[in-house]
Amino acid sequence: MSSPRTLFEKIWSSHVVREAPGEPALLYVDLHLVHEVTSPQAFEGLRMSGRRVRRPDLTVATMDHNVPTTDGPVEDPVSQQQMDALATNCAEFGVPLYDLHSPRQGIVHVIGPELGLTQPGTTIVCGDSHTSTHGAMGALAFGIGTSEVEHVLATQTLLQAKPRTMEVRVDGALSTGVTAKDIILSVIGRIGTAGGTGQVLEYTGSAIRALSMEGRMTVCNMSIEGGARAGMVAPDETTFRYLEGRPHAPQGKAFERAVAAWQLLPSDTGATYDRVEILDASWIVPHVTWGTNPGMVVPVTGRVPDPAAAADDTERRATERALEYMGLTAGTAIEDIPIDRVFLGSCTNGRIEDLRAAAGIIRGRTVSKRVSAMVVPGSVKVKWQAEAEGLDKIFLAAGFEWRNAGCSMCLGMNPDILAPGERCASTSNRNFEGRQGKGGRTHLVSPQMAVAAAIAGHFVDVRAWAGDA
Amino acid sequence: MQPFTSLTGVAAPLDRANVDTDQIIPKQFLKRIERTGFGPFCFFDWRYLDDGTPNPDFILNQAGYETASILVAARNFGSGSSREHAPWALEDMGIKAILAPSFADIFYNNCFKNGMLPVVLPEETIRDLMARATERPGYVLTVDLERQVIADQEGVVATFDVDPFRRDCLLNGLDDIGLTLQHVDSITTFENARPDGLPVTTPAA
Ligand code: SF4
Repeated sequence: MSSPRTLFEKIWSSHVVREAPGEPALLYVDLHLVHEVTSPQAFEGLRMSGRRVRRPDLTVATMDHNVPTTDGPVEDPVSQQQMDALATNCAEFGVPLYDLHSPRQGIVHVIGPELGLTQPGTTIVCGDSHTSTHGAMGALAFGIGTSEVEHVLATQTLLQAKPRTMEVRVDGALSTGVTAKDIILSVIGRIGTAGGTGQVLEYTGSAIRALSMEGRMTVCNMSIEGGARAGMVAPDETTFRYLEGRPHAPQGKAFERAVAAWQLLPSDTGATYDRVEILDASWIVPHVTWGTNPGMVVPVTGRVPDPAAAADDTERRATERALEYMGLTAGTAIEDIPIDRVFLGSCTNGRIEDLRAAAGIIRGRTVSKRVSAMVVPGSVKVKWQAEAEGLDKIFLAAGFEWRNAGCSMCLGMNPDILAPGERCASTSNRNFEGRQGKGGRTHLVSPQMAVAAAIAGHFVDVRAWAGDA
Repeated sequence: MQPFTSLTGVAAPLDRANVDTDQIIPKQFLKRIERTGFGPFCFFDWRYLDDGTPNPDFILNQAGYETASILVAARNFGSGSSREHAPWALEDMGIKAILAPSFADIFYNNCFKNGMLPVVLPEETIRDLMARATERPGYVLTVDLERQVIADQEGVVATFDVDPFRRDCLLNGLDDIGLTLQHVDSITTFENARPDGLPVTTPAA
């Protein structure tokens, strides 16, 4: 009998092409996702050294970061140039591309699972830190830099030191109105933004098993905000049902064979991790970030922290600086913070289930006069699905803007940005200084919390609203 | 890639924890399709005032630090996005080595791919170096990768560890892709043994 292995170890060991003492492992890449921002220099590198893309059939590209979310032409010529460069590169190197006119276009981490490309047991990389999202399907997926993008394009492999593992076990049931976003925000609040450095997190426990695929993607997506290389969830019936019938998933008999193989992937009983963190789901409440990194987070029932209570000098100064940037005073109740903007979207919370849950909070209410709110679906497919279900009508009637798919105000490379000083409740994943626009102030929340805040004009505990269904 | 063997230069203290890659190079500059020329935009929001003039409060704008090639930074430097534009921007503005108590993984990795050396040192050592670099603008350090030591004019102040493979690549300016392509036969063998039915991206029905 071989010793019990974790999900991570099984995927890792089945993808090692070559190992040598004192060198990182050479790992085979099953799927390489490409977008317009982190790829032009990689393709240029290939061109300069006369190299080809080794496996265009394991590579796929889309446009998401720069794209406008309103109809009409791209106004910024530099953005247009970057999208044109991707189109030219894909054509020259034979890489399939879902461009702005494709019904499959969308945020790279939304379309991979949606198309059935993201599959259990595979290795997936992308020049984007939120590649960790794909781990929700039981894949080993992580973000890489542009030099590594070039390396993968040329060789279909990656040099990787073997990461350590952490089990994050969340047992128990979430209360009504508490979501996957609140799980991951509380995990990051616990371990800190560097707590997962050098590690792959596997989320286990009954609360994780109970999550939909969308919820699991939200959790895995933000693993990188805890500093981790990747996040994963073992595949199960929820995973298989999600994948069945998707365009790139195996079909018919091949699907059954694949499921049989995928069922061998979950961590064996007795497998060990380098570190274990255990959370009780019933204690988790809706969370709101107050500062300038995702680890600066408190329950909605809490208050803006006092720098004087910081653990050390570095923390104290970081807290002071964050409060100054965010325009907040220590001790303010989170529910007393008024907001100006709401952004519902991104690869964290721009999927169909997020939009359904958010629309479910509205129930005939309208957006506060002081707030301007927008919904940006994560992909063209999400948008069409939402429209088929009439969700767009609910959002529009409540006073939300209904936009086209893309990254949008998650990072504001397109025209969707905050003005200096504007305060935004956002379902995205980063609240860094200037992330959504220079001087903009971002508070990360779940879709339900974002909608409730849009209606109230300030943060509210959505549990009180979710219960009145 | 340019080799990195030993570097002697001015050290600038950047005493902020969790400096993220959005700060190092804000998104509006990620639209460029070149690999060079990001230096003028490095730390953009901290470095310039709203009217575009240099912000006198920012350390790299202050007398004695303008020519800095070494950054002494606080914990979790380079967190956030995978954008390699961050090390490109630092390198382009002249920073070749960064000393910090800890780095975010992807950023750390990206530095080595660009002939830059990130050095992990204990918190106390960093605090000590930070204090000296703050008190003496123009404080000169030597970062010697060959011997794995940090020294100032008075002598060695610290030794450091670095992964031997990465060290070797940096010292010799080796290109990863070239190295991997020496093992192309192993890749082909692996590919031939891959199970059937794995996903492909070429158009599906
Ligand atoms: S939605 Fe935001 S986090 Fe996700 S890929 Fe786009 S920019 Fe990155």
